[in-house]
Amino acid sequence: PCAGPVESKNEAAMSELVPEPRQKPAVPMKPMGINANLLGYIGIDTIIEQMRKKTMKTGFDFNIMVVGQSGLGKSTLVNTLFKSQVSRKSSGWNREEKIPKTVEIKAIGHVIEEGGVKMKLTVIDTPGFGDQINNENCWEPIEKYINEQYEKFLKEEVNIARKKRIPDTRVHCCLYFISPTGHSLRPLDLEFMKHLSKVVNIIPVIAKADTMTLEEKTEFKQRVRKELEVNGIEFYPQKEFDEDLEDKTENDKIRQESMPFAVVGSDKEYQVNGKRVLGRKTPWGIIEVENLTHCEFALLRDFVIRTHLQDLKEVTHNIHYETYRAKRLNDNGGLPPMTAETEESHESNL
Amino acid sequence: QQPAQFTNPETPGYVGFANLPNQVHRKSVKKGFEFTLMVVGESGLGKSTLINSLFLTDLYPERIIPGAAEKIERTVQIEASTVEIEERGVKLRLTVVDTPGYGDAINCRDCFKTIISYIDEQFERYLHDESGLNRRHIIDNRVHCCFYFISPFGHGLKPLDVEFMKAIHNKVNIVPVIAKADTLSLKERERLKKRILDEIEEHGIKIYHLPDAESDEDEDFKEQTRLLKASIPFCVVGSNQLIEVKGKKVRGRLYPWGVVEVENPEHNDFLKLRTMLITHMQDLQEVTQDLHYENFRSERLKRGGR
Repeated sequence: PCAGPVESKNEAAMSELVPEPRQKPAVPMKPMGINANLLGYIGIDTIIEQMRKKTMKTGFDFNIMVVGQSGLGKSTLVNTLFKSQVSRKSSGWNREEKIPKTVEIKAIGHVIEEGGVKMKLTVIDTPGFGDQINNENCWEPIEKYINEQYEKFLKEEVNIARKKRIPDTRVHCCLYFISPTGHSLRPLDLEFMKHLSKVVNIIPVIAKADTMTLEEKTEFKQRVRKELEVNGIEFYPQKEFDEDLEDKTENDKIRQESMPFAVVGSDKEYQVNGKRVLGRKTPWGIIEVENLTHCEFALLRDFVIRTHLQDLKEVTHNIHYETYRAKRLNDNGGLPPMTAETEESHESNL
Repeated sequence: QQPAQFTNPETPGYVGFANLPNQVHRKSVKKGFEFTLMVVGESGLGKSTLINSLFLTDLYPERIIPGAAEKIERTVQIEASTVEIEERGVKLRLTVVDTPGYGDAINCRDCFKTIISYIDEQFERYLHDESGLNRRHIIDNRVHCCFYFISPFGHGLKPLDVEFMKAIHNKVNIVPVIAKADTLSLKERERLKKRILDEIEEHGIKIYHLPDAESDEDEDFKEQTRLLKASIPFCVVGSNQLIEVKGKKVRGRLYPWGVVEVENPEHNDFLKLRTMLITHMQDLQEVTQDLHYENFRSERLKRGGR
């Protein structure tokens, strides 16, 4: 059997031996006879069921980053989203710890399971963001972290002997917390989102929304949406990645009406009308986190987890990661060198 | 069958990511599925008929069967036909790669070079695309499965069968199929199957290995998997004709002594072959990607250059 390089004098003979395959154009299936298809069922739809089963078995990774000034309720919100103590603050840190002098990146991983599906959730917190006197360029460590994860993935992908399932530490979703001032976005908000919306999926949320009345909320949201548009900030779900009309219709509604989600988080339960609900107790009433008339937490949760989780991952992989990769391929003439195991060959995939 | 409904969303403590498989489902249905199947075997073993029967389609409508004189000069061709099949909203884009001319020549020494080159070319093309800049629309033309047709007229594998399978078993998933099974009685089939399995082992040929059913699958599925594994290599009969049997129209072959029904499990293993293919389509793709392609890729990169 032939395997090695072919000498030139045999090339002519080889090319005769290997003619271009005659590609016939794709034809839609024609029934064999009248109603022949009704006589048979092949079972192609079961393939999709197999894929579903497999997704359930292998489980999946999800990496969510939270960015915003301290005190905006980021850790509480993440705990509320995943109904577990998954944030940095729940993992042994002191609640009264000092604000760090620079932006730190802290990633905490948890495995949570539901309905037979295992999720390896990583919450990436960014304490120190926006908290300094001089906050210039405080997004840089964050952008650096995000790109480092792309680089890690890329390195593994170009390896000669690569892992079957490349561990995915890339940030799939970045929740950006907007302070509920009621006025407008702050310059730092704009700067951050301008830079980072190009490398990661940003979902802006209005934090501690229980400090605004319904009218104030509606006005503030409109103003924020306008500002984002005027500044050309494409938050997730980005218009240009809508795959078809169905997606566009669904996402337009979210983009133009629901976002940014005005949320309240809580990990405390209270009894309301005979039910146990997550909420915040005040002298003037209990704010129910999952009550849509009180705040939009449930919308955020459904959006991120129940409907767009897979899409967040796909946009990260197919768009943001590919953009990073293309840039790397063009810069400096190529990809990173091989790992220590294959040092002898000293060549990469390109 | 509806995808499993997730538990009552209002259950306290319910987050909702258990819905992820449904999200994946929805995207997969939209995207559809691609699969490339290669068929290899001597002329006249019923390959085209079998493919048509498997997918209830007519992939070869304008076929002209060449005579022996024409066959003398012919080398092995590679012909790829693509058909789009939709069932219950799920789209499958199936490419069947045919290899007419295989085994026809008087001297068959070179007849599998073309085929191996084709398989390698698809790997090469995929490797090239995967390493390129624009990866959004990579087309996967790699051969996911090869049905190898064994003649029922012999006493087992022929030397060509052995040589060919050994040449491609590290490049593609081989599923051996005994064609035209209606020329054999049930006893003869069992004997032939055993003989072929023995010879496969003797020569160290690696055929596609059905994975065992997982422990959490239901008993029916486990039993089905056991049955499928025990029936390899499958003895099949194909037919493009509908014959009326007991008031029903079935695919079959009409003989003076009776009708051989293609989809009757007591007559042949056709349904088993189809079930195996459909329930393992994803696994066949995965083994191609994770084993055969990765082997090709690491060999190729070690050799270096483009």
